[in-house]
Amino acid sequence: MARPEIFFPAVSWIRLGGLMPGPGAIAPRPAALAAALLAQADLERLIQLLARDHRVIAPVVRDGAVVCDEIRTAGEIAFGAVTEQAPARYRMTMPGDHAARWPTGPPATPWKRVLHPSELTIWRAVRRDGRLVFEPIDSGPPRRLALVGVRPCDLAAIGRLDAPLRDGPWPDAAYAARRRGMFVLAVQCTEPCGTCFCASMGTGPDAGPGADLVLTELDGAGPARSLLEARTTAGAAMVVALGAAEAPEDAADEAHLAVDRARARMGRALDTSQLPARLLAHFEHPRWETVAKKCLTCGNCTFACPTCFCTTVEDRLDLAGETAARLRRWDTCFSVDFSYMHGGSVRLSPRSRYRQWLTHKLATWHEQFGTSGCVGCGRCITWCPVGIDITLEAAAVADTAPRTGPTRRTGAHP
Amino acid sequence: MNPAPEIATATAAADGMLPEVWRVDRVRRETHDTFTLELGPERPGSERAFEPGQFNMLYVFGVGEVPISISGDPRRRDRVVHTTRAVGRVTNVMSGLKTGGRIGLRGPYGTPWPVAAAQGRDVVLVAGGIGLAPLRPALYAILHRRNDFRNVVLLYGTRSPGDILFRQELERWRARFDLDVHVTVDRGAPSWKGNVGVVTTLVQKAPFDPRNAVAFICGPEVMIRFTAAELQRRGVPLDDVHISMERNMKCGIGLCGHCQLAGVFVCRDGPVFPYSRVADLVTQWEV
Repeated sequence: MARPEIFFPAVSWIRLGGLMPGPGAIAPRPAALAAALLAQADLERLIQLLARDHRVIAPVVRDGAVVCDEIRTAGEIAFGAVTEQAPARYRMTMPGDHAARWPTGPPATPWKRVLHPSELTIWRAVRRDGRLVFEPIDSGPPRRLALVGVRPCDLAAIGRLDAPLRDGPWPDAAYAARRRGMFVLAVQCTEPCGTCFCASMGTGPDAGPGADLVLTELDGAGPARSLLEARTTAGAAMVVALGAAEAPEDAADEAHLAVDRARARMGRALDTSQLPARLLAHFEHPRWETVAKKCLTCGNCTFACPTCFCTTVEDRLDLAGETAARLRRWDTCFSVDFSYMHGGSVRLSPRSRYRQWLTHKLATWHEQFGTSGCVGCGRCITWCPVGIDITLEAAAVADTAPRTGPTRRTGAHP
Repeated sequence: MNPAPEIATATAAADGMLPEVWRVDRVRRETHDTFTLELGPERPGSERAFEPGQFNMLYVFGVGEVPISISGDPRRRDRVVHTTRAVGRVTNVMSGLKTGGRIGLRGPYGTPWPVAAAQGRDVVLVAGGIGLAPLRPALYAILHRRNDFRNVVLLYGTRSPGDILFRQELERWRARFDLDVHVTVDRGAPSWKGNVGVVTTLVQKAPFDPRNAVAFICGPEVMIRFTAAELQRRGVPLDDVHISMERNMKCGIGLCGHCQLAGVFVCRDGPVFPYSRVADLVTQWEV
């Protein structure tokens, strides 16, 4: 399917602006296999269809924030929520004029909480009468997951998690099991938040690969309407099963236009051209020290980040001392313990820990997995208690002219 | 109160994190703080081949899991030998294991010493302290096919004479005509008649041809850096220098993220690296 003409001026505007979107932003969108015009009532039927053989997860309102959780009806979705996001600031409101619309911006909690739980018992060891037995924990085939309302940045983030956790030589068994047969309904963004920079990272506001269905909210008077496009056969089957009204020809153009307008209204931007090289050339940049003075090394950014995947393990012994549950939990490279070896930690200074996180996200992830580890969701900016902004820190380091060479320690080579 | 942690739904067959049960067949005290475990599989058929330089994840019940290099002969598949220092929580409890005890084992993991690539050339093994343990399988492999290599040199440094690992074996090796073994200690003792000084001082006089030599280094990172610099001064290209690195590891299979060194996963891309690949990283602070 040819893309509407209207798409191109917006892209060239961004290029002229020096924002260089990643390949995802300028590549043609995947063609829709089927398209329908969705009314609000159709959505309830869609959730019910999915719920037959899926655990349906969607953005819901909880404790004044939009988070991802299991739903049983479409009524539980956080429709009408507007989130104001800024460095160290998150406020959710329910303005009446927004009632039927999807919650703006990415949810406060990343979808990785579902795919890569923050705490998980991975096996048990039982010691009895001098013998040791390892018991795999297997509660049978898990119910397939359906993620509904995934923003394009978060859709890209699932792809970024797949690389280390599913597609390597030793897949993470728990992640791979959750990922198998997963259904995704992505919702393209027409209203970015103050900390959003997906357009810079090439992950949004239009949905890239990975979704079965892609929904775009259409403007206009009257009852809320959305364009629902199928990108996979599973998605197409769902469109057929729904029996919703066929989309008029101009609906796709209208959807593209709405998404393109969002592209121009991103809260933040990051120049990603040659970014890995520009960052790694400045390993001893004074800015690392400046940001470290502000950074609490709390690790909140890593827990809010939709692609941070690091974990640690610990044993939880029962009272009798016979059974040890092997507990895996999220870990953060901001802790001193993270790099501890006998005799001390490799990254002791806050400076080195912040640098590790930022350069892994924006630079060395490319070396490891061929993409950036950042999808531009802005969560780390919103949820940093002191409001450190990754786009500003990266730019401050990367925009400096190259130095002659890094400071070497003893035993260095010419 | 925290909610109960979710339960993994993975099947055992696919789970690379699930250890197998191995039996402690023998425990040998090496020095005041080092020990060797000889392990045999509890389940017949679990025997496995390994290459020199690889490591296993060893699990001690209720305490934890640590990566430990294999220190035994790669030709022996019926048992796995590990030599380590009691230095942390897990290794301290491990040092108290008795014959007949049980341990969890996953592996072997990681890249090996490029022993085959050293054929037809001089081989220089440089070990510091417990770093001799991961190098020993490479030396066994080399001695097993001694004629495939030219000069073979082992340079070994420890803190004191009492810290010398595998002492009897070192003395046997030193008696061979086809092997040059030089040992040095940082601090001597009244009974010590050998070299005193850091191991790097042995590099300059060791008998090898720098243009046709391969070097394997294992020891503390500071010792690795200085040894590599000495080898380079003698004219050994850094591509021919291989080192074994150590980092915090929780999984050993590239999932936990702890061992990352810039773009490198030490567990999966290492622990053995051509020095040319990591020199830029280990000569900067806190990477």
